Amino acid sequence: MLLEVKNLKVSVDGAEILKGVDLSVNEGEVHVLMGPNGAGKSTLVNTIMGHPQYKVEEGSILFGGKDITRLPTNERAKAGLFLSFQSPEEVPGITLENFLRTSRVALTGKPVRLFAYQRELRQKMAELGMDEEYASRYLNVGFSGGEKKKSEILQMLMLNPKLAILDETDSGLDVDAVKIVSRGVEKFRNRKNSLLIITHNTKILEYLPVDRVHVLMDGKIVRTGGSSLIDEINESGFQPLAESKAV
Amino acid sequence: MEKKKTMVQDIDRTIYDIKDAVHPAYQVGQGLTPEIVNEISAAKNDPEWMRLFRLKSLRTYNRLPMPTWGPPLDGLNMDEIVTYIRPNTPMRGNWAQVPEDIKNTFVRLGIPEAERKSLAGVGAQYDSEVVYHNVREEVRRQGVIYTDMESALRDPVYGPMVKKHFMKLVPPEDHKFVALHGAVWSGGSFVYVPPHVHVKIPLQSYFRLNAPGAGQFEHTLIIVSEGSSVHFIEGCSAPKYNVANLHAGCVELYVGKNAHLRYSTIENWSKNMYNLNTKRALVEEGGTIEWVSGSFGSHVSYLYPMSILKGEHSRMEFTGITFAGKGQSLDTGAKVVHAAPHTYSSINTKSISKDGGNCVYRSSVEILPQAYGCKSAVNCESLMLDDRSRSDTIPVMDIRNDDVDVGHEAKIGRISDDAVFYLMSRGISEEDAKAMIVTGFAEPIAKELPVEYAVEMNNLIKLEMEGAIG
Repeated sequence: MLLEVKNLKVSVDGAEILKGVDLSVNEGEVHVLMGPNGAGKSTLVNTIMGHPQYKVEEGSILFGGKDITRLPTNERAKAGLFLSFQSPEEVPGITLENFLRTSRVALTGKPVRLFAYQRELRQKMAELGMDEEYASRYLNVGFSGGEKKKSEILQMLMLNPKLAILDETDSGLDVDAVKIVSRGVEKFRNRKNSLLIITHNTKILEYLPVDRVHVLMDGKIVRTGGSSLIDEINESGFQPLAESKAV
Repeated sequence: MEKKKTMVQDIDRTIYDIKDAVHPAYQVGQGLTPEIVNEISAAKNDPEWMRLFRLKSLRTYNRLPMPTWGPPLDGLNMDEIVTYIRPNTPMRGNWAQVPEDIKNTFVRLGIPEAERKSLAGVGAQYDSEVVYHNVREEVRRQGVIYTDMESALRDPVYGPMVKKHFMKLVPPEDHKFVALHGAVWSGGSFVYVPPHVHVKIPLQSYFRLNAPGAGQFEHTLIIVSEGSSVHFIEGCSAPKYNVANLHAGCVELYVGKNAHLRYSTIENWSKNMYNLNTKRALVEEGGTIEWVSGSFGSHVSYLYPMSILKGEHSRMEFTGITFAGKGQSLDTGAKVVHAAPHTYSSINTKSISKDGGNCVYRSSVEILPQAYGCKSAVNCESLMLDDRSRSDTIPVMDIRNDDVDVGHEAKIGRISDDAVFYLMSRGISEEDAKAMIVTGFAEPIAKELPVEYAVEMNNLIKLEMEGAIG
């Protein structure tokens, strides 16, 4: 088991958002997390990544068999976790290229061979249809919504984590950009790498073999199933699932 | 979860804090009287007009009130400040002849090395007098004069030029500390660049105040003639003492028609220093003044370099960074007067305050009625690293005609938790993430500094974040 979330209860500013979530992701699997707005999806993934604003009241998060519930965020990243942010921060004064190099050194603890690294970066940017010029721009500063999302996918490809969590990476993108992003995600996926994807728009999933779909409502997973669950939701919405839970 | 405490370290001052034993050749008593001013004038072998100028400035000083609008000056007792201390050496043109202890001070500060590598000329002032001045032969052959003020004052050719310009741009009546400067000034540099001469590598003057309880009052006068260009760098430092030191220098810059002057300053006085410096530039038609200013030291600073855009199409650009730590009140900014049409100004500043430090950004943009078609852009950003630190912004604009394009932007902020989380999610430690954000904040200014100073700034700010388990 790569990721194991057990009975996770999380509060923000005293309000309970997650009310006992269980979730497991195996090596090489693609999982989708769906649910209405405000269900707690972002809370769950930010808690998995260790945002200090989210307080774990109960339960635990295991990654690669190790309890990471209390680890600082950078240690979780070193263990192989990655989060693609819904709205990535802008950090002036450091270029995307230097940032990614620093990040790779921090993650691997090894120096980076400069020319090989630069070649790899240029190549991956080209695959994502990103202008080379973005490499020397300050991290996300003045990037359009689409470029920010591509920058997140670029980071995922460059850092090659064990589990990449995509928090609505496809939202706000035009059709072409969704295609580019999903191709990037496809490139990332292999027998070892896993994905946990939060999405409202199932277009991004068209090119991906989905192993499991989880539906989060009001702080709890109310249904888990195969990819057919996506069609069910697309047809009837979340409401019937909430009602089935109430029964 | 273990509690992490993060701190940005203070500027590493080890190099600056090494004190030399004080054994001056000559010094006047404390305080200020006409006798002391006469004594300084005689010791410096002033021309008579200068002696009279000093005495008149002293009367102005006694008449003017202390400023009450800025950071407190209570700790500054003028009766205790020694205004003139002559080091135990004449001025030399060769480091080998400078006394060992004084030379070592400048070696530690990296001055002779920078001179060899990247400067066209160097002046080094120690307490009240310049102990070293040298300019490269090829620059000398271009007709460029770069010497100490005293030599220029006594020179048959440049003496009249000094007399014509000295404290004409910054008259002693302007405020109390510039009047004081007029009375007791000593040392500083004189630069004259003849018409149509481009000095390709910078000139640098370094001011070191070693004696406790002393004042430094150097005067810098730079005349850049029509169509010429030069880059002048000023560096300042002092070791820390428990008594107040005072710096009341004065800088007068004359930028000729279509001339270009870049004036860079790295001020790193010790934290017992009252830095009450006055700088002003007069820019003729098509000329440009560029200020680059880094303020890191001092207990209290009042520093607002002023530019008077006198000729049409003249320009000023000001780039500044201020870093205030514990016990520091740094009141810095810039002033500009648009006195002619189609003039341009741009002010871009950043400040960082930490550990109870207090930064004030203060600026004034004045556009006169005849100055139509002007453009001015002001942008100031502040970063506070903790709850005890302060940051204020006081921009003033006085615009007297309608045909102008004026913009102002101000931002005050803290290190965002979300930005730290974002960087940490990529494997970067909390300390490094915070350091990255702070150095990133300073970066656009750092890159304006001369290369060797950008390196020094990195040493200076040493934005090391240290994690401590507490």
